[in-house]
Amino acid sequence: MTIRTAITVNGKDTSREVEARTLLVHYLREELGLTGTHVGCDTSNCGACTVLLDGEAVKSCTVFAAQIHDCNITTIEGAAQADGSFSPIQEGFRQEHGLQCGYCTPGMIMASTALLTENPNPTEEEIRHALEGNLCRCTGYEMIVNAVRWAAEHPNFTSGGAK
Amino acid sequence: MSLVGARVLRKEDPNLITGNGQYVDDLQPAGCTAMVFVRSTEAHAKIRSIDTAEALALPGVLAVWTSANIVQLANCPGGLPGLDQPLLAKDVVRFVGEGVAVVVATDRYIAADAAELIVVDYEPLPAVASLSAAMAPGAVVLHEVLGGNTVHFQDFENPLNEAFAAAPRTASMHIVNNRCAPSPIEPNVCLADWGRSGLTLWAAFQAPHHLRNTIAQYFGIPQDSTRVVAPDVGGGFGAKINFVPEFFLTALLSKEIGRPVKYTQTRSECLVAMLHGRAQEHDASVAFDNDGRILALKLTVTQDQGAYPNGTGMGLPVLTTAMAAGCYRIPAVAISWRNVVTNTTPVAAYRGAGRPEASYTIERLIDLIADETGVDPVEVRRRNFIPVDAFPYATHSPLAMYDSGNFAGALDELLKHVNYDDLKKEQEKRRQDPAAKLLGIGFSSWLEIAGFGPPGSLEAFGHLASWESAQVRIQPDGSAIIFTGASPHGQGTVTTYAQIAADELGIDFDRISVKHGDTAVVPQGIGTMGSRAVAVGGEGVKTASGRVYENAKRIAAHLLEASAEDIIIEDEKFFVKGTPARSVPWSEVAWKSFQPLELPGGMEPGALDSTVFQQVPNFSFPSGAYCCVVEIDRETGGVNIVNMYLVDDCGTVINPLLVEGQVHGGVAQGIAQALYEHMLYDPSGVPRTSTFMDYLVPAASDLPGYVTGRINTPNPSNTLGAKGVGESGSVGAPPAVVNAVVDALSHLGVKHIDMPVTPIKVWNILEGAK
Repeated sequence: MTIRTAITVNGKDTSREVEARTLLVHYLREELGLTGTHVGCDTSNCGACTVLLDGEAVKSCTVFAAQIHDCNITTIEGAAQADGSFSPIQEGFRQEHGLQCGYCTPGMIMASTALLTENPNPTEEEIRHALEGNLCRCTGYEMIVNAVRWAAEHPNFTSGGAK
Repeated sequence: MSLVGARVLRKEDPNLITGNGQYVDDLQPAGCTAMVFVRSTEAHAKIRSIDTAEALALPGVLAVWTSANIVQLANCPGGLPGLDQPLLAKDVVRFVGEGVAVVVATDRYIAADAAELIVVDYEPLPAVASLSAAMAPGAVVLHEVLGGNTVHFQDFENPLNEAFAAAPRTASMHIVNNRCAPSPIEPNVCLADWGRSGLTLWAAFQAPHHLRNTIAQYFGIPQDSTRVVAPDVGGGFGAKINFVPEFFLTALLSKEIGRPVKYTQTRSECLVAMLHGRAQEHDASVAFDNDGRILALKLTVTQDQGAYPNGTGMGLPVLTTAMAAGCYRIPAVAISWRNVVTNTTPVAAYRGAGRPEASYTIERLIDLIADETGVDPVEVRRRNFIPVDAFPYATHSPLAMYDSGNFAGALDELLKHVNYDDLKKEQEKRRQDPAAKLLGIGFSSWLEIAGFGPPGSLEAFGHLASWESAQVRIQPDGSAIIFTGASPHGQGTVTTYAQIAADELGIDFDRISVKHGDTAVVPQGIGTMGSRAVAVGGEGVKTASGRVYENAKRIAAHLLEASAEDIIIEDEKFFVKGTPARSVPWSEVAWKSFQPLELPGGMEPGALDSTVFQQVPNFSFPSGAYCCVVEIDRETGGVNIVNMYLVDDCGTVINPLLVEGQVHGGVAQGIAQALYEHMLYDPSGVPRTSTFMDYLVPAASDLPGYVTGRINTPNPSNTLGAKGVGESGSVGAPPAVVNAVVDALSHLGVKHIDMPVTPIKVWNILEGAK
């Protein structure tokens, strides 16, 4: 069975005829070619596939594409600022070495973005708690915490355009 | 200003923080198909029949293969002859997760549907899912050719009976080093395209040339038209240097159906099909005097090889026993090891590979000696350290000739951060207060063998050689491209190598690129494992850069009509010493290096291009001192790490930011082994931790912050002085954590708790003491 779904992704309207069971993550990666959103598990534990659904962090491996007709999705490809500057979170991950292999990073950045929207000045404990659903195997997390703190301390960061 | 030692931000990051990384699963060539496995649900069974008819009939299915389709093919490379794993199980399965059939279809959903339709009829056999079960009299035998389940037994050369009989005191321990699943967040992924011009295999792999050489040899095809590409790789931790059937099957099926075939492992598959690590049991005895001085050490390692032993797995107990004495001067050491097969996932390298097991046991023994003698654990360490003036220090093992270190110095540095006396008082106080959480302080003075390695070392694990390649190519505009065979998967090698080259070449860091991971681009290579990327590969970059620089100076001298000995470089300009007015920029030297009419006599175009196969004379020996402070909840048995102090000696640091990242990541995996992770099987061989729901990879809220410090004893085996740091944390952390937990409970008579130290284990101890 196929269903037509229309989803706004990173500000652009997309519309596809999809199988009812098509996962959002596969819609993004395979239909739209937005491969920055990764898959790291099959039980919604790792968070590598985290995107923003109407501004809230969701795991796109646990959402059907057909389920979110007329919704807004932001992926890592849409995380930068309008002028092309990295977002404060992206820059924070760079400044504080919040990534190594980079595989969990898009999910971490999207989850952190949602956190700072809700709580612009989180403590270390609040950051660790908010990122509980995102696993990183490389960093041991301290530098990810520092990256989020960096962003909280530089809310108006801009690099003055595309990098 | 020197870039070596500077906190430089990574060149890798702009792509990775914007979703522009390129991992294998991101590739979708035209006509790409998906391969899905049917994996054994039985730990040990005969296969009576496999019914593929319904799967084959499903629209979109392009191929369904079982062992019947590949009867003429050899088993998967990397195993032991006669004990190796078939690409797909033939007649019998030996572990849950072993491949039984594969489906290729036009997309992954259809392939998964078809796999569900395949019916495998098993006749279950008794299974042995633990070392004790496999070694029990009358146990079922996995491989008839062995006649039992022991693959290899290396007995003591001398069991040291006299030394133990004569010693004032002795103590023994049985220690389990828990089986872990490496669990990179990117599972195994590969994509094969075998067309008329040859085979290209994109693979999430740590050693692409190693895979290229092997896959060409396996299929009997020339290496020139066999290409392996490891693009961005989402973590490896040793698990992505193993040859697994997936690589060979995607290649075969691509050739068969004439389209690219991609395999993307699910996490549930990854936990049972990606090779596991650790899985050792130790029987250790130590003889010592009343002052805690060690007189003799005896260690027998029993290594669980899983169902199909491989070269790396067989090497693990060799490394463990080689490093058995840690950083201590022990007059007599006896080692013995045994490799055993069980009906479980095969075992190979996982971050540290044999060395975390060694450091864990010797550091647990040190605390046991402290407990028996009443001498403080810090003091026992001091009394037994190899002194700084004893290097090079020959150990009981010909593999381990310690070349440098300052074990007491690292412990001194550590104790500057730890308020040890106050912590001990606080511990005592809390023991008297039933409402207070118990406090424990644990140390580890650890040492590992890294920087693999001297000639012959990696060959023993099936690699072509033990050097690492580096090619430095100056471009006509004076920028530089560096090619390395040490293909990274998160280490930041692109940044580190550009720092090393920038210093040697006098070229701006921003005008140096580093390329890796493609056998059609990089001349040759070995790979990234055994903490070798800087100590061997980075040294190669330095050597090649130095050679290029010497030739560049000759060209500059020719252009400036001076002598090469008088040329210096600053701000990308070559000067004649003492006459700053006369200079020639790097860009001009580079441009003219390609123009025969501009070159000094005897020099040919291409002189600013150097390829090095860097060799090193010895392994390296990173070391350090860690301290862990834990609190234990008396009601729940939960262990909470309050502080983790880490002093590393990895020799010269190229980039402190990246070294810090490596230490944190290694320590996190070490804490995870100590407190959380355990790949568990029930007695019938069914894995009980085969998803991230039940295999506990820790999240940010499960791990502490870290306090780091450093000492530096340069590595004498390379001119950089670097020892490697990738595996250190996973070597040093587990004993510090468990020593802290045992210390917290020592007033209850606790001598040892096996990892992972879960709340239930601690709770049972606390309840038992009531």
